[in-house]
Amino acid sequence: MKALKISYSSLVYSFLYLPIIVLIIYSFNASKFGTSWKGFTFKWYESLMNNSSLMSAAGNSLLVAVTAATLATIIGSVAAVAFYRYGFRGKKMLLGLVYVLIMAPDIVMGISLLIMFVTIHMNIGFTTLLLSHITFNIPFVIVTVLSRMKGFDKNLFDAAGDLGATEFQTVRHVLLPMMFPAVIAGWLLSFTLSMDDVLISFFVTGPDFDILPLRIYSMVRLGVKPEVNALCTVMFALSLIIVMASQILNKEKK
Amino acid sequence: MKKRDQIVRLENISKSFEGLGVVHDLDLSIYHGEFVTLLGPSGCGKTTLLRIIGGFERQDFGKVFIDGKEVSKLPPNKREVNTVFQSYALFPHLSVYDNVAFGLKMTKTPKNQIKDMVMSALDTVMLRDFADRMPQNLSGGQQQRVAIARAIVKQPKVLLLDEPLSALDYKLRKQMQTELKQIQRKLGITFIFVTHDQEEALSMSDRVIVMNEGVIQQDGSPKEVYENPKNMFVARFVGEINVLHAVIEKTMHGKLMANVEGRECVLTKDHKFLEGDRVRLLLRPEDIRLEHIKDADNDYPLQGFIEETTYKGATLDSVVRLDSGTTITASEFFDEDDPEFEYKTGEKVAVKWVDGWEVLLPDE
Repeated sequence: MKALKISYSSLVYSFLYLPIIVLIIYSFNASKFGTSWKGFTFKWYESLMNNSSLMSAAGNSLLVAVTAATLATIIGSVAAVAFYRYGFRGKKMLLGLVYVLIMAPDIVMGISLLIMFVTIHMNIGFTTLLLSHITFNIPFVIVTVLSRMKGFDKNLFDAAGDLGATEFQTVRHVLLPMMFPAVIAGWLLSFTLSMDDVLISFFVTGPDFDILPLRIYSMVRLGVKPEVNALCTVMFALSLIIVMASQILNKEKK
Repeated sequence: MKKRDQIVRLENISKSFEGLGVVHDLDLSIYHGEFVTLLGPSGCGKTTLLRIIGGFERQDFGKVFIDGKEVSKLPPNKREVNTVFQSYALFPHLSVYDNVAFGLKMTKTPKNQIKDMVMSALDTVMLRDFADRMPQNLSGGQQQRVAIARAIVKQPKVLLLDEPLSALDYKLRKQMQTELKQIQRKLGITFIFVTHDQEEALSMSDRVIVMNEGVIQQDGSPKEVYENPKNMFVARFVGEINVLHAVIEKTMHGKLMANVEGRECVLTKDHKFLEGDRVRLLLRPEDIRLEHIKDADNDYPLQGFIEETTYKGATLDSVVRLDSGTTITASEFFDEDDPEFEYKTGEKVAVKWVDGWEVLLPDE
């Protein structure tokens, strides 16, 4: 029975992680074709650094991800404060709509955003890409921040008022510092979502503004180059760090 | 006389939640420097009343005055009262010092005064050395003290306390009861204390207000409430009590003849009842004296059989089944001159009480 348990879980986990491990190993493989091991090398990482079109796409991706995450975090956090602190008509419905957006298939989001931009005659490029990324990030920020606030003792806000704080002071000196870790977690989540989005970005950016996931996508259509392995390894390491950071931040303080 | 200055006044306060009445047309005056307890079972409206005074709930009808000014529509931050919350509600992201200083900073107290005021509040609750700690690194009792320091630092006219001791264990609770009384005497602030614990209410307060179903049942000193309950609810809620059925048979000047549980008794207290009235006769367990039937003279009002005895350390509690079938509880202190002080189960005993210590209420 014990052997069964172990072999079952090793099967599941190897299925999940083996491809990534193979990719990481191949990124250090001296052979140009990933079929045999020809020794350890860093040369793919070097040629990656010298590939200017890839590097500029990476720069674009970072620019969009940081800007979109920051704006989405501000908008989403303000919305979360409103949902948590104030009662208003249609609150439940509005909150429901936030969840619907999280569930909505990316393809639907992508196409509908494209149609909207075309309808209002916006040129497809950086601005449309940024707006789209902000849009799909906001619900994730709201949900992340709101779920942390659900654990707060509501008496804290009564106590702040009792001690003479105005509503603004209560939000500024009690609610904001307490929700801050969740705000950071929301930002990190947005950043990772932005960074590797292919589907929505595919519809809403043009040839003038290339981003990393789309660039990789077009590169692998002509076969996987070893630089791509190296690039994916770097991205995997980066997202691992970010996910871990957001987990630690969003954990309830003991 | 300063003592009788009204500090809080509630006029015709009513409040309901989703159509359910919680407080009904309630009037109450609280005087300067008093320690007043709102006592009642959960759901009696005592916490709602406290929250109305604090401004956290808005009454549906009626007016609230604090220190002569109408504050009925003011938010909590505009009222000169402070609250100690049941959950303490300490700000988890602020140190003990900053928690206590919070109220002063919010109302723009001059910086050079803040430190002295915070330290003196922390002195009052004996936490001077804990100023730099975070709340989550303190014990429950210490958190409680921080909550008190935070509420008294602004020297409010009234301090509201919402079951502040309910989360503490028995021994700590006793200690905090004493400390709270000392703090109240030292500061001279009016305390309005909410509890469902009648022992706590009796031991701490100058005045106890017993509430049930949103209505004040009795308003009096702890002694009055305990010894002369105005109705059956107060009698039953405040302490243990034995209830006997009786019918008034004859009234004389300052005396009554009554049939109590089937036996004729003479009651010497001046009661305002008429012949033929059905009444309830109430006796506290500690007011009852039992005697072995063979030792008793003939002048005892009731008799019965011992059903059970419980050794309580300081007292011996006995359950007695009267001849009428009603059971009563007697709680007697041990008699040092009588080492054999005990009853056997099934033994017949005489039941007495000190003349005039009974309470008579109309049969409702």
